[in-house]
This record gives sequence, structure tokens and C-alpha cells, in this order.
Amino acid sequence: MAGIPSALHIGFVWLPAIFTLYLSFTNWNGFRLSGIDWVGFRNYRQLFTVFEKDLYEAFLNNTWVLVFLFLVATPLGMFLAYLLDKNLKGTPIYQSVFYFPVVLSLAVVGFIWKSVIYSPRQGLLNTALGRTDEGNQIDWLGDPDFVISVTSDYGLSKNFLALIVPMIWRHAGYIMVLYLAGLKSVDPALKEAAAIDGCNEWQAFRRVTFPSLKPVNVVIIVITVIEALRIFDIIDVLNNPIGTDVLSILVTESILGESGNVGRGSAYGVILLLLCLLFVVWYLRSTFREEDAA
Amino acid sequence: MIANRRNQIIAQVFLIVLAILWLVPMIGMVMASFRPFSDTASNGFFSWPSSLTMDNFQNAWERGDMTQHWIVTFIVVIPAVILVLFLSSMVAFVVSRYSWKYNIALLILFTAGNLLPPQAIIQPLFQMYNRIPFPEIPILAESGELRGSLVGLILIHVAFQSGFCTFVLSNYMKTLPKELNEAAAVDGASVWRQYWQIVLPLTRPALGALATLQFAWIYNDYFWAVVLIQDGDLLPITSSLRNLSGEFFTDDNLVAAGSLIVVMPTIIIYLALRRQFIAGLSVGASKG
Repeated sequence: MAGIPSALHIGFVWLPAIFTLYLSFTNWNGFRLSGIDWVGFRNYRQLFTVFEKDLYEAFLNNTWVLVFLFLVATPLGMFLAYLLDKNLKGTPIYQSVFYFPVVLSLAVVGFIWKSVIYSPRQGLLNTALGRTDEGNQIDWLGDPDFVISVTSDYGLSKNFLALIVPMIWRHAGYIMVLYLAGLKSVDPALKEAAAIDGCNEWQAFRRVTFPSLKPVNVVIIVITVIEALRIFDIIDVLNNPIGTDVLSILVTESILGESGNVGRGSAYGVILLLLCLLFVVWYLRSTFREEDAA
Repeated sequence: MIANRRNQIIAQVFLIVLAILWLVPMIGMVMASFRPFSDTASNGFFSWPSSLTMDNFQNAWERGDMTQHWIVTFIVVIPAVILVLFLSSMVAFVVSRYSWKYNIALLILFTAGNLLPPQAIIQPLFQMYNRIPFPEIPILAESGELRGSLVGLILIHVAFQSGFCTFVLSNYMKTLPKELNEAAAVDGASVWRQYWQIVLPLTRPALGALATLQFAWIYNDYFWAVVLIQDGDLLPITSSLRNLSGEFFTDDNLVAAGSLIVVMPTIIIYLALRRQFIAGLSVGASKG
């Protein structure tokens, strides 16, 4: 009974994962199987020399997504959950509103923000700023100048920051729902005890509620990291403007674009895979260790 | 008490302001999609509409060839959701009801598999799909191989999503008393009957929550379809937006109308089944 589903899952997910590793050590144009050449670490050497700029820029952009999701979306989602846990008036409505973007696909979210918010000629932002006239417009998605520069070649480009905003819009609600479920499971007696002992609200949250939510915190960290590594749809659907490359775009470039270097694409894939597995292993250890203990 | 009430008012104001901000893109989309481009472009977004029109929807529908893409969408999404729930529930049943030495290993494999970024496995998967022949079936498989066929798309959805579903369902099934199966086994019920007639009906709440969530996720898929289908006519509706990206470039209101059409089913299902949505997510996170 478990055989067919397991075979499907392993054959279509884990087998390709292993082959990504294999192909990353080869040179192949993707046509004849006999044309696969073992080249050792050559692809990796090239990634860190010839394609250094692509790799670092993409890696940095993934990191920006992670930083903003962690520092803006996650605390915001947690704070919303904390407020809604108090059963204020209108809680179900707030919950629906904040969770709403989560059910939308990031591809459509990209389209919505592009046409409604960022459109240079008539978008909400330029209208609000009075910058809709020809020559005076701000091109939110087309400007690759840096907002924050790390070195003269690397930084956070303006248009990538513009793409991160809708990601935050979508991620905060996700975190809120996960955290709210966690908060509901915290024993109210704990909070009461903290109040009797003279904790103020912040102390009670930091010292009592937050530590008792460790399993949820772990889930949130993993989901946020994976979300940041997976980011693809919103960039591709907006035709990948200059300055918005991420690792997943580099992996697929050789499939969707003209040049078909399977080996190099796979090497990018392996980097993505390793970064992701690092967190997955940590997550699995914390989840399944508890299971053993239980 | 006074401080408490003041805090409540501050919290309410904060929530209301943020909620309105959160809705701006959606409200903007609805407003833009009912107005002709010439109106908003010359009078500005905040102007009172000089006329309302359904033209944007009609244009988006026709230019996006949406009838075709809707049909494709349902051919992919419905079987994929049913299959993924059916297969995952079988694995979950085995893992949670029988002590078998590889249980944990299997569960770890499924859980981790779902967390991999799809892009990390796409290169070999794409090459595999190019090489696995598949008999020709009208609409479902016309390309002669897995790549470019809707069957191939359904298969990858099922394979990939079964990770998450197995994890959630096995956690849920673990909470059902073991005695149920033992009693049934004593009464001579086969393993299949124990699964189909005893455990599965009791798992209905989790299945309902997962079905809603999976519908949304598979409906929202962009990546798998764009890479594994490529033929523009066979893309499900969400990924077919890629075709429109160039064509719609100049008319923002048309883009807004097209987006509104595409998000409609998720909005309706979300409003109707909000609880299921949220339950599905939290069940997975707080591990039953």
C-alpha cells in the first residue's frame, strides 16, 4: 500500500535530487545521453570565477529576501498573532484580511502589484507621489540602482526591493496563522502565573510564551528560509528585470532560455539544494527527536 | 483598567490601519479592472470614474484564451488533489498504524522531500520527462512523452505534494486509538478494509482541510507548469499569465482584470472555507 506512493515520491523527487548532484560534475548540452562528459569540479570552478558575478548577485538577492522576511514579515506576523490572540473585537475579520494574500499565487501577486501599485503612468504609488507625468515618473520595477550597496558591484537594487514588498505582504499573514495556532495551544495557567509573579506583558511574552512555542518557532524559521530560497514565480512572471536574479532563476535559465548547459544549471541547483538541506536536517532532527522521546 | 482600555484602542487603531493597507492592492485591482485605461491614465487613479466597463474582462478573457486555460486547469487540479490525498493517506495509514522498522525513515523522506525547492531538482527532472514515453491520449497526453503532457504535470504535483500530505495525515492518524484496528483485525477485517472503512472516515476533518489547501497550492502552481509544459496552449490558468506578460504590457487595467479573473476561484473558496484553509496549515505546523 505504501509502495506505489513511495516509489512515485522517491522517483520524482529524490532521484532527480541525486542526479542534480551527478550532473553538476558533468558537461552536457541535454541532447544525447552519450554526450554526458565527466568534468569533475569544473562547473563549480567556473561558478566561482567566470560566473562569479551572477552567483554572488543571486545569492545576495536570496539573502535580502531572507533578511526582510525575518526582520519585517516574521515579527509583524507574530505581533499580529499576539494581538489577535487577545480576542479583540473584529478578530475574525482581521484574521481573514491578513491571511488573504497567502491564498494567492505569487505569480498573480506580481501582476497585481505591477499593474496596480507600481505602474509608472497610473500606479497608486506614483499617483500618491504626484509623479505620473511623462519624464517625471518613477519606474519602480525597472531601476537596478542600489538602495543599499555592499560593495560597488553588489547591493540591494531598487527594483528588487520593490519585489520584496509584496513578498512581505504575503508572508506576514502566513506567519500570523502559524503563530496564532501555536499561541492557542499555550496553557493559559502559565500566563496567569507569570502575571501573579509580577511580569509585565513583554516579560511574560519573552520569558514564558515565546520559549514554550519552540516547535512553532522552528517551523517558522524553516518555512521562511525555504520561502526565501524558492522565490521564483514573482520574478519570472515580471520578465526578470535586471538586478533581480536569484538562485532559482539561474538554475532554470538553461531550460527556459537559449543556452543549454545542464551541468552548470545543475551546479546552481546543488548550491540551492545544500543551503536548503542544512535547514531541513536541523528541522527534522528537532521534530523527530521529540517524536522518539514521546 | 484605564491603561488596559487605552491599549485596546491603540491595538484597534493599529489593526484597522494595517488592515486597510493590506487591502489596498486588492481594492486597487477591482477598481482598475472596471475602468477603461484611457480614463485612469488621463485622470489619475484616484479620480472619480467617468465610466465603468466590463470591456477589460472581455478583452483579458479573449486575448488570454481563458476558456482553453480554464479547461486545462480543472483537468489538472481535480485529479491531482484526489490522487495526492488518496496516495498520501495510504502511506500515512501504514506508517501510523503498523510498527515497521523503516517507518521513521519513510516519514523523514516524505517530509524532507516536500521541503526541497522545486528548482533544485528541475534539471534532471526535465531531462527525465523528455525521455519517458507516454501513450497519446487526447488533451491529457498529446506530446508522446511526459514532458508537455498534462499527465506529467499531474504526476509531479502528486509526487511533490504527497510529502506534506503524508506528514500531516500520519500525525492525525496517530491520534486515533490503535484498539480500533486491533478490534477490526480480530473481527477479520482485511488491511484494506481497516484503511478504507475504519481509519479513512475518521480522518475526514484532516482530509477536508488538506483538500482545500492542496486545491489552492496546485491551482496556484506556476513553476512546474512553465517548465514542464512550455506549450502555451496547455498551460493551466495561473501559469498562462506568462503568455500575457508581453501582450498586456501596455494596459494596466487589462492586467488587473486578468488577475482578478484568475484569483476569483481562490477568493471564493477562501471566503467559503476559511476555517479549512487555516486548519490545514496549523495542523501541519503544530504536528497534530
